[in-house]
Amino acid sequence: MKPEHPSPEPDVPGADDPDARGTPVGRRVLLGTLGLGALGLAAAPSLQRGLESFLAGAADRDPTGLTGLLPNGGGFRYYSVAASVPRKDARTYRLTVDGLVDRPASYTLADLKALPQTRLVRDVQCVTGWRVPGTPFEGVRLSRLLDAAGVRPAARAVRFTCFDGTYSESLTLGQARRADVLVALRMRDEDIGHGHGGPARLYVAPMYFYKSAKWLSGITITEDVEPGYWEVRGYDVDAWVGRSNGRDDAPTS
Amino acid sequence: MPPRADAPPADTTVRRFAPAQRWAHRATALLMGVCVATAACLYVPQLAQLAGRRALVVTLHQWSGLLLPVPVLAALVSRAFRADLARLNRFGPHDRVWLRATLRRDRRPASRPAGKFNAGQKLYAAWIAGATLVMLGTGLLMWFTHLTPLVWRTAATFVHDWLALTVGIVLAGHVGMALADPEARRGLRTGSVRREWAEREHPLWRP
Repeated sequence: MKPEHPSPEPDVPGADDPDARGTPVGRRVLLGTLGLGALGLAAAPSLQRGLESFLAGAADRDPTGLTGLLPNGGGFRYYSVAASVPRKDARTYRLTVDGLVDRPASYTLADLKALPQTRLVRDVQCVTGWRVPGTPFEGVRLSRLLDAAGVRPAARAVRFTCFDGTYSESLTLGQARRADVLVALRMRDEDIGHGHGGPARLYVAPMYFYKSAKWLSGITITEDVEPGYWEVRGYDVDAWVGRSNGRDDAPTS
Repeated sequence: MPPRADAPPADTTVRRFAPAQRWAHRATALLMGVCVATAACLYVPQLAQLAGRRALVVTLHQWSGLLLPVPVLAALVSRAFRADLARLNRFGPHDRVWLRATLRRDRRPASRPAGKFNAGQKLYAAWIAGATLVMLGTGLLMWFTHLTPLVWRTAATFVHDWLALTVGIVLAGHVGMALADPEARRGLRTGSVRREWAEREHPLWRP
């Protein structure tokens, strides 16, 4: 490919081209980068632990918040599957409960706030790997809303829909009745903002965070579990932290 | 290859790139652009909030990433392209001089000898090629999650995230230097550059 005689073709480095000879540093840099990548894979578990503790410390003393943008910088990441999500406030927000119930209902934000509130402090674990320790959620137990609606005997599942118009997911009736499943109105002891799925979102403490649907607007009691948005895309419906989606994280609840 | 009929007058301009290099660069730049833009929309909370449509953005990111090496591989059929890869690979004594001048921040053209590609361009080409392959490998580990144990997947995510940040910074440098040098951009756009520029920036290059 690199003839040692002067080449009549301008497309080939000839003998007078200084780049026709020399050390193949390019190939070494390329292979070295590949090697570093493989080494990074092998060393990732210990590197990650070190970086996480370092960044957590740095984030405490970082007024700019830029550390939050770094990988493993801690904190929540925003995932939305819809093109845009309308904003709802105390005036426009409604949560409907319907399906196989005796008394369908529609709650305003004030109605929900008037019901007894439960506060839970658990870790949040995302199926993509990030975990936020000790996050307080506060709201109405889902079981209370189900009891108020009067679930019919044929019902075996609950389907949740959201006012982003796209997201949905499901729980079995048994899962939905757990004491650590809330319609959450507050997170980290503040009213839930739009970015975190406010004014009201589902909070399913023992499951991966995609089960905690943001912008919750509909609760429908059904006969069978209907897989939701990520669930038809391959995620587990029974998304227990540490016992699903091929992961072994420590349980959150 | 016989002299080209469409070659510009030899006294003012010199031919720098054949269509193979130019189209490989264009297609790679486009795919890399989609990769970076979608990555930003998946990663930066403010952009994620603006873009939404997570499933679509993920699909775009996966496919642009998977296709990223294709233009370079396709261009390997071109002899001119292979010749430029050979030039990028080899480092001569003049490249060491160039790198030392850069480290001393010596900007005089006389202290920065270069052939068709200077030492910085050579290093960039080799590193970005390696980095792209590492991104592709770790990306595939994150994509086909059922193929590997969890610890591999978290490790792949870790490498993918940090290398993405590094690639982003290096790419910004690459684009910044191109923006500062219209003649270099002209070379990739039209295939030809002014002779005076070539003699100043690449004095050892004999086009």
